[in-house]
Amino acid sequence: MEAADAASLAVHTQDLAKRYGKTVALSGLTMSVRRAEVFGFLGPNGAGKTTAVKLLVGLAHPTAGEAWVLGAPVGDLQTRRRLGYLPELFRYQGWMKAREVLGLHCELSRMPRSDWNAEIASALELVGLSDRADDKVEGFSKGMQQRLGLGVALLGRPELVLLDEPTSALDPVGRHDVREIIRTLKARGTAVFLNSHLLTEVEQICDRLAVVDHGRVIATGTMAQILGQDGAVRVRVTGLPAGGRAGLGEFGSLEDEGEWLTFRGLPSERVPQLVAEIVRQGGRVYAVEPRHETLEDRFLQLLKEQDQ
Amino acid sequence: MTQVLTIARLTILEASRRKLLLALGILTVVVIVLTSWGFSRLPTMSGVTPAEVRLASSQLTILVAFMFSGVLALGSTLVAAPSIASDIESGIALAILPRPIRRSQLLMGKWLGLAVLVGIYAAGSGLLELLGIWLATGYTPPNPVAALTFVAAEGIVLMTLALLLSTRLAPMTGGVIALVFFFVAWIGGIALAIGQTFANDTIINIGVGSRLLIPTDGLWHGAIFYLEPTDFLAAARAAGRARAGNPFFADQPPPAIYVGWVIAWLAGLLALANVSFARRDL
Repeated sequence: MEAADAASLAVHTQDLAKRYGKTVALSGLTMSVRRAEVFGFLGPNGAGKTTAVKLLVGLAHPTAGEAWVLGAPVGDLQTRRRLGYLPELFRYQGWMKAREVLGLHCELSRMPRSDWNAEIASALELVGLSDRADDKVEGFSKGMQQRLGLGVALLGRPELVLLDEPTSALDPVGRHDVREIIRTLKARGTAVFLNSHLLTEVEQICDRLAVVDHGRVIATGTMAQILGQDGAVRVRVTGLPAGGRAGLGEFGSLEDEGEWLTFRGLPSERVPQLVAEIVRQGGRVYAVEPRHETLEDRFLQLLKEQDQ
Repeated sequence: MTQVLTIARLTILEASRRKLLLALGILTVVVIVLTSWGFSRLPTMSGVTPAEVRLASSQLTILVAFMFSGVLALGSTLVAAPSIASDIESGIALAILPRPIRRSQLLMGKWLGLAVLVGIYAAGSGLLELLGIWLATGYTPPNPVAALTFVAAEGIVLMTLALLLSTRLAPMTGGVIALVFFFVAWIGGIALAIGQTFANDTIINIGVGSRLLIPTDGLWHGAIFYLEPTDFLAAARAAGRARAGNPFFADQPPPAIYVGWVIAWLAGLLALANVSFARRDL
């Protein structure tokens, strides 16, 4: 990829690979994250999600391949000033106060000292820790530490924020808050790389996503592209002659569950035609339910296809 | 350099906040008060001459210095061995290193902070102890500043070794290995003294090898030399073989080339630590 192309993206990886001894953590990861988009990164345990994030922030070194972050090769020191990162498993210095932790990261980010107070106050406010600013971190619950970590990642209005399981320790209120924060970041023009196990979370806030398995991207695109454009319809029918069912194959792939028939890949405008055909063949229709495939369904289906 | 100073300040602040400095300070003052009281008893013993008080004071000063150098060496190992390893294990390093800071800056900041702590402790405890001894007996060693410099250098050498091990090994493992090296070097120093006394080349080579490999004992002997009064040195040299193997006696100051070797050793170990840490996947 040309440097100019990479510069227009928040993240770009090309055949990125990582091996730990004999264990292959990433195997030719190629993906792009656009600027100002919320990008979900999904995969089962051990798929290489955290490894990918660590490679992007320079905590691990790739075995092969290349990666660019905000247009610069990974590890570039200047670029890191425009980067926010919340690790999956982390801890801050327990002997420090929350305000001091944020101050330390302002200092390490080489932010002008005159901006520190405003940045710290803004981060504390955003993650709901203003009233605990002068408490030592060692007294924080896991959820509060995660909030603080999110605050640290947002310091200095970064252009790209990488969040590795940002809500794993949060209660439902905290998860809602994080979703709102991510929406705020998107509105500011910040790209968010969200590594999460929580599919509903990804479904709600991500513009695009990639599904990884065994260190490779097995699907990528917008939510609609991943879930498939065509929906499915379930119909409860009685009295349909045996031969009639076979004739319904033209409406999509049919799953016969007794009284319930599921038609996959059926455009919604053809649903009345389907019902009319069933009635014409002597069937009695009791219910017609559009079936929306959830991200979880699709995710599991993708992994199953990959294994086959 | 700014990032190095930030981490150095953080390291010193951590030692202070975790009450390491307070605990060490209180214990040190207690030890100094007790030893000074002990020294003050020397001139009050029946029939003792001023020369005997001076001789006993010089020997006891070396023993007290040995205790402080031991505390410093063991203490700096215990603090340095987890410094990088614990940050990696706990995830603190994961949060810090994606910032615009090189791993070498983090490592050198830790080293600088720990070296300052070692220097402060060596100077503070050493000067206070020598003041106590002077008040109690009127005795001062011939070159206390040089002696304390060697004691501090011994602590810094062991701290640097522990820091190197900390880039790859768990805190406990790194700490134990560093301490094993420290005591092996001490035994190596005794072997060297015995080899020199009996002119045995094999033992001399083993002793010299250990001093080059781990310079803690070589530096300790530098400290001893600068704590020995001239008249004591002359008497000890006259005793010949009777002094063989005494770990609290130094016949000569460390040669300049040895001091140069120690500086090169420190630079080499720091370079190795930087390479080791830079290549590690976190």
